[in-house]
Amino acid sequence: MILAIDIALLVMLAVVGIAIIRLRNLFAVVMLSGIYSLLMASTFVLLDAVDVAFTEAAVGAGISTVLLLGVLTLTKSREKIPVTTPLLPLVTVVVTGALLIYGTWDLPAFGDPNAPAHRHVAPEYLAEATHETGAPNVVTAVLASYRGYDTLGEVTVIFTAGIGVLLLLSGSGVLRRREPEENDDKPGGAA
Amino acid sequence: MKHHLILRVIAKLTIPGILLFGLYVQFHGDYGPGGGFQAGVIFGAGFILYGLVFGLQNLRRVAPASVTTTFIALGVLIFAGVGIASQLLGGNYLDYDVLAADPHAGQHLGILVVELGVGITVAAVMITIFMTFAGRER
Repeated sequence: MILAIDIALLVMLAVVGIAIIRLRNLFAVVMLSGIYSLLMASTFVLLDAVDVAFTEAAVGAGISTVLLLGVLTLTKSREKIPVTTPLLPLVTVVVTGALLIYGTWDLPAFGDPNAPAHRHVAPEYLAEATHETGAPNVVTAVLASYRGYDTLGEVTVIFTAGIGVLLLLSGSGVLRRREPEENDDKPGGAA
Repeated sequence: MKHHLILRVIAKLTIPGILLFGLYVQFHGDYGPGGGFQAGVIFGAGFILYGLVFGLQNLRRVAPASVTTTFIALGVLIFAGVGIASQLLGGNYLDYDVLAADPHAGQHLGILVVELGVGITVAAVMITIFMTFAGRER
């Protein structure tokens, strides 16, 4: 049963992916990329990664779609037809994809209990998390307690992203106000 | 979107639910799926929906730029502050055991406060990014 749902989801993912490449109407592309994220979120649920699925649904299908729609209001709603044939990008993508698939050959099988990831600290976390932190959700215990440093780093990354967007895009920055002054100074300096 | 009556009514009905669900995910992260990141995004999405339907001016009145910008930094400061607090109480940085008399209660408190910091920063960043993008003119 799960296998049938897996196959159905993967087929739909492929169909949506191909449709995104083929379509020139950017509004449809934005909507389809939201659907793609929702399908990915469903796949994560099937893989028992509920926390990741939650994030994918909220960020990928929700916020990204809204932000891309916001960008659409600033640009045209149809993609330009490229003049040159995209041969170099095609070669790059095929080679990179082939390398990635080659890389998966060395990965342990899905759900392999002897995989390095399941033998290092994970058994200790699973055995001790509820007892040591009192949090029934082991994901939260690992994220906030055992790996508190990493999470602090992640929050700092989000903080930096927000500040960066503010500095670059908010129109009232110091840089923008100075520009006309500098242009005014130039002729004066030359004279 | 002034003339879209259905959108406005549906948005008014759903926004309180979205915000409440965000708070649930925030404070229920110990027990079920979710936590600060997801809660922040959901909470931010509620505000963004409000901005989409009722306009950016109204969103600015609910969430002024000064407030959202302050909250971006506040969340990180709360997270880092918990680490400082645990150091002052004699533990390692971000070691929540020392935050309360009993290590379990300390861990619970630490995780709750840290996740709150994450949620505040994420929600504020989401709203800020949306407002800066949507507020740009062509």
